[in-house]
Amino acid sequence: MDYVPAFARWIHFMAGVMWIGLLYYFNFVQVAALKAATADGTAAGISKHVAPRALLFFRWAAVVTWLAGAALLGDKFVDAFLLRRGMAGIGVGAWLGTIMLFNVWALIWPNQQKILGMKPATDEEKNKARRVAFLASRTNTMLSVPMLFFMAAGWSHRAIFGL
Amino acid sequence: MKNPLDSLWGTFISGLVLTAILYFVVKSILASAGA
Repeated sequence: MDYVPAFARWIHFMAGVMWIGLLYYFNFVQVAALKAATADGTAAGISKHVAPRALLFFRWAAVVTWLAGAALLGDKFVDAFLLRRGMAGIGVGAWLGTIMLFNVWALIWPNQQKILGMKPATDEEKNKARRVAFLASRTNTMLSVPMLFFMAAGWSHRAIFGL
Repeated sequence: MKNPLDSLWGTFISGLVLTAILYFVVKSILASAGA
């Protein structure tokens, strides 16, 4: 049944582009834009209309990417996560992607809800939430560098590991 | 010491360093398994 891996790879790529694309948007564009917009009093537009929409697609694209990746691994899922039977390369990519998914749902999203006023929070809690969400987002940006390397090379370009 | 994640360059360079470390880890796992 070759249809499953073919469609899983296609969906994995599309959702992954949306997830990591929005992650890079947050880190390369929105952080600096919000700082400048806060300084001239125009941050509300971004916080109210842009960030919630971007976060919606961001967090669900992360889920779809992970599920499609799991489907793509298929019966090699366990071997990949246990880094055995020649699956260490893609396995490290899968672990990094999984840590990033955890960061999205356990750190970035709950803290962004406080920052954007979707959840009640004091000013002090909001300030703490800002720092945690920022560092979790930056951590994911850092992890995306090795994650994409191992996703790209880990399975189909084994010569890069001297094999 | 400043947190490297506070700057985009620091974040990217940290990612490259982590990539290099993990590359050698994976290479050694694959070599020891005779994969």
